[in-house]
Amino acid sequence: MTAKNKLKVATTSLAGCFGCHMSFLDIDERLFTLLEHIEFDRSPLTDIKTCSPDCDIGIIEGGLCNAENVHVLREFRKNCKILIAMGACAINGGLPAQRNHLPLTTILEEVYHTSPGLANGMIPNDPELPLPLNKVHPIHEVVKIDYFIPGCPPSGDAIWKVLTDLLAGREPELGHGLMHYD
Amino acid sequence: MSLTFTLDGKTIPFTEGQTIIQAAGAAGVFIPHLCYHPEFKPHGSCKLCTVKVNGRHTASCTMRASAGMVVESETEEINAERRALTQMLFVEGNHFCPSCEKSGNCQLQATAYHLGMMSPHYDHFFPSRPVDASHPEVLLDFNRCILCSLCVRASRDVDGKNVFALSGRGIRTHLIVNAKSGQLGDTDFTLDDKAAQVCPVGVILKKRQGFAVPIGERKYDKAPISDTMTEGK
Amino acid sequence: MALNEMHAEAVAGVVDRVVARYRRDPSNMVQILREIQEACDWISPEAIDRLQATLGVPRTKIEGVAGFYSFFYTEPRGKYRVLFSDNITDRMLGNRAMMERLCNSLWVERGKVSEDGLVSVGKTACTGMCDQGPALLVNNYAIVGLTAERIDQIAELIRGKVPLAEWPAQFFKVEDNIRRADLLLTADFKPGDALLAARARAPDEGLMASNMRSWREGLPSGIGGPAATLDEIKRANLRGRGGAGFTTGLKWEACRNAPLKAGQRRIVVCNADEGEPGTFKDRVLLSRHPDLVFEGMTVAAYAVGATKGFVYLRGEYRYLLDHLNAVLAHRRREKLLGENILGIPGADFDIEIHVGAGAYVCGEESALIESLEGKRGTPRNRPPFPVTNGYLDQPTIVNNVETFAAAAMIALKGGDWYAGIGTKHSAGTKILSVSGDCERPGIYEYPFGVSVRQVLEDCGATETQAVQVSGPSGICVAENEFDRIIGFEDIPTAGAFTIFNKTRDMFEVARNYVHFFQHESCGFCTPCRVGTSLLKNLMDKLHYGAGSPYDFSEIEKLNQLLQSMSHCGLGHTACNPVLDTIAKFRPAYEKRMNQQDFTPAFDLDRALAAARQMTGRDDAAAHLSTEHGGAA
Repeated sequence: MTAKNKLKVATTSLAGCFGCHMSFLDIDERLFTLLEHIEFDRSPLTDIKTCSPDCDIGIIEGGLCNAENVHVLREFRKNCKILIAMGACAINGGLPAQRNHLPLTTILEEVYHTSPGLANGMIPNDPELPLPLNKVHPIHEVVKIDYFIPGCPPSGDAIWKVLTDLLAGREPELGHGLMHYD
Repeated sequence: MSLTFTLDGKTIPFTEGQTIIQAAGAAGVFIPHLCYHPEFKPHGSCKLCTVKVNGRHTASCTMRASAGMVVESETEEINAERRALTQMLFVEGNHFCPSCEKSGNCQLQATAYHLGMMSPHYDHFFPSRPVDASHPEVLLDFNRCILCSLCVRASRDVDGKNVFALSGRGIRTHLIVNAKSGQLGDTDFTLDDKAAQVCPVGVILKKRQGFAVPIGERKYDKAPISDTMTEGK
Repeated sequence: MALNEMHAEAVAGVVDRVVARYRRDPSNMVQILREIQEACDWISPEAIDRLQATLGVPRTKIEGVAGFYSFFYTEPRGKYRVLFSDNITDRMLGNRAMMERLCNSLWVERGKVSEDGLVSVGKTACTGMCDQGPALLVNNYAIVGLTAERIDQIAELIRGKVPLAEWPAQFFKVEDNIRRADLLLTADFKPGDALLAARARAPDEGLMASNMRSWREGLPSGIGGPAATLDEIKRANLRGRGGAGFTTGLKWEACRNAPLKAGQRRIVVCNADEGEPGTFKDRVLLSRHPDLVFEGMTVAAYAVGATKGFVYLRGEYRYLLDHLNAVLAHRRREKLLGENILGIPGADFDIEIHVGAGAYVCGEESALIESLEGKRGTPRNRPPFPVTNGYLDQPTIVNNVETFAAAAMIALKGGDWYAGIGTKHSAGTKILSVSGDCERPGIYEYPFGVSVRQVLEDCGATETQAVQVSGPSGICVAENEFDRIIGFEDIPTAGAFTIFNKTRDMFEVARNYVHFFQHESCGFCTPCRVGTSLLKNLMDKLHYGAGSPYDFSEIEKLNQLLQSMSHCGLGHTACNPVLDTIAKFRPAYEKRMNQQDFTPAFDLDRALAAARQMTGRDDAAAHLSTEHGGAA
């Protein structure tokens, strides 16, 4: 396969822990096989900062907890033909979403005003810091997502299975053992 | 003369008074379910066990078997509907499997695996459901409650205590506890209660014991729910 | 909240009095809770303590029931609890502006209790006053025809803490608005006549085996009467008026033939839980012709051999209770109820009125029976059906108010007479509750077979775009269908006839109905509990401009799921208004379909509102480039 025919894959981690990316690397030597079919575009693996406009597949780890996450996700949706949600946080908000039963105002109050130990008792207000969302959202609530790989993290085998199913033009399916929400 | 009906083309014997799910279970055929439990009066609320009887949808846990019935269960159509119900249950509550002690032994999770649920599909409700840690031995985490009422039935019908009940209505339906304070610690609930054993998800949890079995060795790691949940097994 | 504080002893006194009146019977739980709340303004933990002790039932049971019904409050809701009816017709008549006016005047936020604990203002489902809205309930008493002036008067009375009993009587006057009367609403009928006629119809000879199960069992004088009455009902081809149209004669016969276990009796229940938005004909029948309805129930009791009757009166019609009880008392004095009715030894039947507490689902007969038994109004698993296993597991018939009124007339004048009215498949008359965009809203009784067009002409409707027949669970009829007829063979109806002229947005009509179903879902089964909420969110998404073809397919899928998987009719019909309006008024939806591709309900600006408020940063895009995101 020539480089020209290779599928362009972009990946990112939003409100996630990079555990899914680590698990991605767990496909081990199969990465070489994969690289015969794909090339990485924007990704922590390449350090490319923006998506090319003609990406084939975007793989998103993590949910959305702030404005920047939303922007990055929208960039992926705009530039990738297929978007895949990878892991629990992308799929249902995961651990960060466990703040959702508390109002954001209460959280910020508690962390920056009420709790002892912080110097100036101010809510950080640097424009460099993206503003947090009222609630953490899974990514399918903000853009259309085409495929999902559940797991916290999904195993390397599960990621491999979904990607190879897709490359072969099959509807991805995870059987017993590969299908995990934890 | 022995009584039979067909389930996905297979002949299933039954005795007078048996429901479809009971007869199927006795014959070793799994029908997905959450609020049904062979030891309790059927409730018929989760609707996961819905099958088509002579072309009409009906809950198999409440429908009595009758001779000659033609029942469909494992069809693409019905499983898609069951999957949608499962997704509804996931978005209705707060189901964060990675941090749940019941993960790997949870019937909701295993049923979702069985149905091939890759995502919750709908927008999440993210309800606020405070936990109840008042009891010395048991934690109640209402975030995972699917309103199956098994604990209600167990406490009322077996324990004779009425520790649990459903209150509210519609999407605000929720589990309540039999104490003025609303706290489990103020009831006569104990770990020996039947109600402590029946929760299909991770609401009623024994304290100081979590994640005891390593991943890979938990109930539904070893075998899918369809292999572990037929009667007699 | 000082106003809601009552000494524990006072509360205990109230509870003891109410519980004693209801014979310490927990199956009267709904009535007991209602009366406690009427006396104490809410159902406090102290009241529940006392109830638990005196009734000997677990607290969970009491709280479970109290938590189910909209009109029961386990938290203080004020001395004055104002609920604005929020049916689409109230909306069209400007209820929102009225509600705002009252809230502003009383300094209270909608849905909240005022800081002094005096008053709360909220909304509720259709209160059955659609022909004279906008309407509200104050402590469950209806006030209709609201105007700005009346709102100001109400605010004044509340501020002055004037007891409800001292409010001007004309505030509570509800009009009957009978515009067209036919055989039921003109009934020239003397109480007792139908019973006498039923009894007189006993064949002179012949002793049918199926007769031997009733009041007059073994009584030579009345032999054959019940069976003959049943025959007349069958010959009349009477079908249920609550909407489903089940053949009344078959239902009665099944109940009559159901075996009784030791100590059991047969039960007759009149369903006056008229909850379908847009319906109010039972209110008028009960206020204008209560004797006809009670007599119909007594005829039914005679036919099936029942000795106990209930009227399940919706909570919104609480104001009718005293009047209805007075009529019952009068009937007892006249020997038309009670023991030895009309002097027939062993002819015993009495009627008790139960008042609902704000739960549409209790119009479903098995949920109604659960409620009568003092439980949460959750529809039962069926079979078994109420005719064999109904109230407290006894054979029970549940019929609509109008069905009983018709039954009384059939007993009086015979089945053939009745069958000759209406159409071949729909005998008799139908009372329509006409409201919405027309000159003369009110009650119209027609022989079955009347066309939609005829009704529209009679009520003075012009420029009509659509008619919602039989409420949200019924069908939406468009202009090209106005020649269709009211009848079981074409458009069956429980009676609602809600008119929308060409200025109305049919999408908003459907959205109002979807909100209604979401609010009224009992929560028992997964598809309806969650599905109606999902549907509501989808409609709101369209309303806010984020709709795309994707949402249409989602609505279709939800509909299918609700229809196939739901436990009862509420879930089965919850999508009807949406599907009907999509099919017939697609432009109203296309107007909302601002998006070609999937667009989320999520809105970044809304999602950032709290953070912006906290940090004081109102930067439009949170200082992020919109073309490319920040660093990954």
